[in-house]
Amino acid sequence: MMIDWDSFTPVSALAGGATIGLAAAILLLANGRIAGISGIVGGLMRNKSGDISWRAAFVIGLVAAPILYRAFATLPQSRIDASWPVLILAGLLVGFGTRLGSGCTSGHGVCGISRLSPRSILATLTFMGFGFATVYIVRHLFAY
Amino acid sequence: MTIFVSLITGLIFGLGLIVAGMTDPAKVLAFLDLAGSWDPSLALVMGGAIPVSAVAFLLAGKRGTSFLGQAVQLPETRRIDRRLVVGSMLFGIGWGLAGICPGPALTLLGFGTWKAVIFVAAMLVGMFLFEMLERRLRRK
Repeated sequence: MMIDWDSFTPVSALAGGATIGLAAAILLLANGRIAGISGIVGGLMRNKSGDISWRAAFVIGLVAAPILYRAFATLPQSRIDASWPVLILAGLLVGFGTRLGSGCTSGHGVCGISRLSPRSILATLTFMGFGFATVYIVRHLFAY
Repeated sequence: MTIFVSLITGLIFGLGLIVAGMTDPAKVLAFLDLAGSWDPSLALVMGGAIPVSAVAFLLAGKRGTSFLGQAVQLPETRRIDRRLVVGSMLFGIGWGLAGICPGPALTLLGFGTWKAVIFVAAMLVGMFLFEMLERRLRRK
């Protein structure tokens, strides 16, 4: 393992992380809901009355964040290297997998670990492990 | 009021993702690439988020109702089953292929790139397929 110190951004990573934690804290303390993105979006497909508007509002906030950010500062770099077919496959896997596994990086990785849920700890170890393995296979075994 | 809080927390969450570097899929993949030139930054994103939200979970667990009088809704399942593990495996593979997870996918829409639109469309189809499967299994 070689650490890429030039790309290491500890301060912004911690600050951004704390901001994410703050958002999760407010949603929980004010609305009693868990800030798990896949669950919030997936719930929109269930059509339960009285349960749609808060989910839609949260998603609108997420999408609007870079638009607000851009009004005050230049957005940081964002590069998507994956080709369209890979993006489609990855999107299908992420959508189906997070719903089957009841959570993603936010719901299991942040909220679940915060309340020391054994299910979330296992889920996080599993998707991180498979994420590491996938990148290893794609980049180093197939040299894509 | 709860809807306004949702909108604001969505915004704060999205701003956090941008600041943290989660909206740069190339950086996410550099974090997942242990055997390459590894960028450990994103481990610190979880390290920054968890202590803050852990305090909220402690508080909310004690109160039982939210400050706006809503019930605190926490998952009750404790069972570790095949769904949890297989779902997380599939998610991990998809995450490793593109470097995008659900939150950043939505925030990337606001960056205005077509690739984000493609990814989110496929992700929604994936979620919809799950709903269809779930409904079918429940009917049996």
